[in-house]
Amino acid sequence: MKQMKVDAIKNGTVIDHISAGKGMQVAEIINISGENEVFIGVNLQSKKIGKKDIIKIENRELTSEQVNTVALIAPQATLVIIKNYEVAKKVSLKLQENIENIVVCPNPKCITNVDNIPTKFKLVGIEPTKIRCVYCERKYNVDEISIRI
Amino acid sequence: MKNLISMRDLTKKDILQFLELAEKIEKSKIKPNLSKKLAALIFYEPSTRTQFSFATAMKKLGGQTITMRGTQSTSVQKGETFADTLKTISMYADLIIMRSAIEGSAHYASEVVDIPVINAGDGANQHPTQALLDLYSMKKTQGTLENLTIGIVGDLKFGRTVHSLVQAMSDFKPKFYFISPSFLKMPEYINEDLREKNVFFQELKDAEEKIQEMDLMYVTRIQKERFADPEDYEKVKGSYIIESAMLKGVKKKFKILHPLPRAGEISTDVDKTKYAYYFQQAKNGIYVRQAIIATLLGGTK
Repeated sequence: MKQMKVDAIKNGTVIDHISAGKGMQVAEIINISGENEVFIGVNLQSKKIGKKDIIKIENRELTSEQVNTVALIAPQATLVIIKNYEVAKKVSLKLQENIENIVVCPNPKCITNVDNIPTKFKLVGIEPTKIRCVYCERKYNVDEISIRI
Repeated sequence: MKNLISMRDLTKKDILQFLELAEKIEKSKIKPNLSKKLAALIFYEPSTRTQFSFATAMKKLGGQTITMRGTQSTSVQKGETFADTLKTISMYADLIIMRSAIEGSAHYASEVVDIPVINAGDGANQHPTQALLDLYSMKKTQGTLENLTIGIVGDLKFGRTVHSLVQAMSDFKPKFYFISPSFLKMPEYINEDLREKNVFFQELKDAEEKIQEMDLMYVTRIQKERFADPEDYEKVKGSYIIESAMLKGVKKKFKILHPLPRAGEISTDVDKTKYAYYFQQAKNGIYVRQAIIATLLGGTK
């Protein structure tokens, strides 16, 4: 039997193949401060992507908004719903064309920062993920942005 | 088309339609009548020239204007949100023409009001009516917008006029020469857009280099205040000042454009040469703004 470095969960969600270093950011997005058990593995060996982070959350499924946000930060991650230790469903992460009220615009002169209105971005590039603010029209690499939580 | 917010929203066809209508208005082939229409000029950032140009355009169409000046934060201090200010004004007027230092404010305005919005400049982002009048001037002097070689001189970093222009021209197979002090170079995100569209551009040290190859030279203001040390400005300014002596051997139809106001970048001895076009360019702005207003308010039939 394969030895698990991170405990298996009975029911819940596993976010696997998060690029190494992004795990904590993903954890923040999905808000792990609730009562459920959460396991976070960082810098694990992965045949698929070299080094990876992994998050397992007991007894919880993510909202579609959270899934979209994870897709933005870790587009190559895989998301699996576990029921009774078995894989019940694989959810494919898909970058959304329109990213609404998830990202903070880094431009301090942007109307979204001055008037505190919901942000809107459009996906304009993949690998690396690039998004453009609908308002101030600045284009950003996904590494330059922070998430509105 | 409901609003004019960004050159990014316009197709090549849209651009050419605006220019065609502007030409018809200039030649009095069409006289849109907007005598029952009222435009609200909301200028959170002062710009006498742009404001005058829009007011003139609206009046020449038979319409009327009301004007609001002040800072965006003034209404906030009174407790009113930016959105509420705009919604209220939209109850009085048929069109909002807006200038603000806050980037994206015109786009936001277009989301909160039901009447058309024209962006008259939003911070370092867009100034689409200036870009369209620049294109109109280029087409009028060269007979076409396709395959032009354009030198752009001055502050390429903060100049939104230049950004909108480069973007707007990129569908017409241009060749660009960029001439600026090293710390006022074209931003990388603009260069990246140009590379994606396979547009040729090259940075030059001196405005005189390649001038004989250019169809047009677009000069913008370099603000002295951008330099940390005034001595640096004195050292480099000569490279970016256009004088009549530099214009020997240029193309027959060669023209110099400038969005104005100028601050010494074009020596006044250039004014009397046939290459100076900046004052006509300002006049073209009226026809182009008339065409834009008439299109958005449906007065073209």
